[in-house]
Amino acid sequence: MIIYGVYIVSKSGGLIFNLDNNVPRIEHEKTFTYPLDLMLDYNPKKVTVAFNRKDGINVGHVLVAVNGGPVNGATLEDGRDVKTVLESAENYPINLKFSRPKMTTNEKIFLASMFYPLFAIASQLSPEPKSSGIEVLEADTFTLHCFQTLTGVKFIVISETGLNGMDIVLRKIYELYSDYALKNPFYSLEMPIRCELFDNKLQALLDLVEKTGINNLEKLVEFI
Amino acid sequence: MKIFNLYIFDKLGTLMYYAEWNRTKKSGLTQEEEAKLTYGMLSSIKSFVSKISPHDPREGFLFYKTNKYALHYLETPSGLKFVLNTDVNAVNVKELLQQIYSKIWVEYVVRDPLWNPGTPVTSDLFQTKLDELIRQSPIFGIRNI
Repeated sequence: MIIYGVYIVSKSGGLIFNLDNNVPRIEHEKTFTYPLDLMLDYNPKKVTVAFNRKDGINVGHVLVAVNGGPVNGATLEDGRDVKTVLESAENYPINLKFSRPKMTTNEKIFLASMFYPLFAIASQLSPEPKSSGIEVLEADTFTLHCFQTLTGVKFIVISETGLNGMDIVLRKIYELYSDYALKNPFYSLEMPIRCELFDNKLQALLDLVEKTGINNLEKLVEFI
Repeated sequence: MKIFNLYIFDKLGTLMYYAEWNRTKKSGLTQEEEAKLTYGMLSSIKSFVSKISPHDPREGFLFYKTNKYALHYLETPSGLKFVLNTDVNAVNVKELLQQIYSKIWVEYVVRDPLWNPGTPVTSDLFQTKLDELIRQSPIFGIRNI
C-alpha cells in the first residue's frame, strides 16, 4: 500500500493542506560524449529533455546537475550558461544528472484549484441524473481518490493503483480533520491547516495504512 | 451494466462522431458546446495527470468514476481520442475501446475513400457496425427504447 500524497481542498477550491509521502525520487546520472544524443529544450527557468529517452532519462525530465554541480535554472553554479557549455565539444565527456520535475508549492496550489472545475464538469456532463463529481480517477501510474464532505471540503489521496477500501482511509482523514483541525481554536476555516497535532496523527494514520493495510484499520485507529 | 454514450475526437479536438444509447440526462447544452466542454475537461485531466503522477506516465489517464457513471478514455498515438461513458460496474471497457478503434474506426472510416480526414464521420456503414459492436458487447445491458 503506497500512498503518495494527501491534499485537502477547501469549499472555495483553495489548497488548504498537502502532505507528500513516499514520493519516489527519480534521478538518473550518465556520462555523455559529444555530440549529445538527447534533444534538450532550453528554457530560462529549466532545461528539459524534449526528445529521445534512454537509460531511464525520459522526455520531460529536468537537468539538475552538470559534472556534479547543481544547475540553477539554465545557468551553472559558476554562472556559465548550460546551453553554451553543452554545445562546445571541449567540455565532453560530460556528466549530466536528470530528474523528474518535482512539483513546487505553487504548482500544487494550481493543480488543486484545477481539480475543482474538473470535479464540477464531470457531474454536469453525466449521462445519468444526480451524479456526484469525480470519486476515483485512474491513470497507469497512480489512482486518485476524492471524497467530498457535505460541507464541500474535498479530501484527495493519491496512491498506487489497484487498492481497495481507500474510502475508509478518506473518511478517517476526515475524522482527523474534524477532530484536530476544526476543534483547534487557532484554526480559521478556509485557511491553510497548520496544526501540528493534525500533521502527526495524519502521518501516523498513513504509516499504519502502509504497514498493515486497511483491513484492521477500524481497530487500530483507536491507538493513534 | 450499461453503455451511455461515445465521443470520438481527433487530435485537434474536433468532434468526429457522437452516439448515445442509454442516456437519461441531457447536459442542457447543444451537442457542439457539450463536445467542447468534454474535450476541454479531458485535456485538463491529461495535463493534471501528467503533473501529479509520481512516476513517468506511459498511457496517462485511463478513466474516472463518479457515483453514477464512469468515463473511459483511450488515446491513440495519432491523437485520436475515444471517450465512452458506462455505468460504474462495467469491466474490460478498455478492450472495447480498442476494438472500436481497430475493428470499426480503422476499417470503416480510415479505409473509406469518401471520408475527408479531419471532418465528422457520416458514413452509414460505420454507424451500423459501431452500433452492432456496442450492442453485442457484454457491457451493453438493459435496453431503453
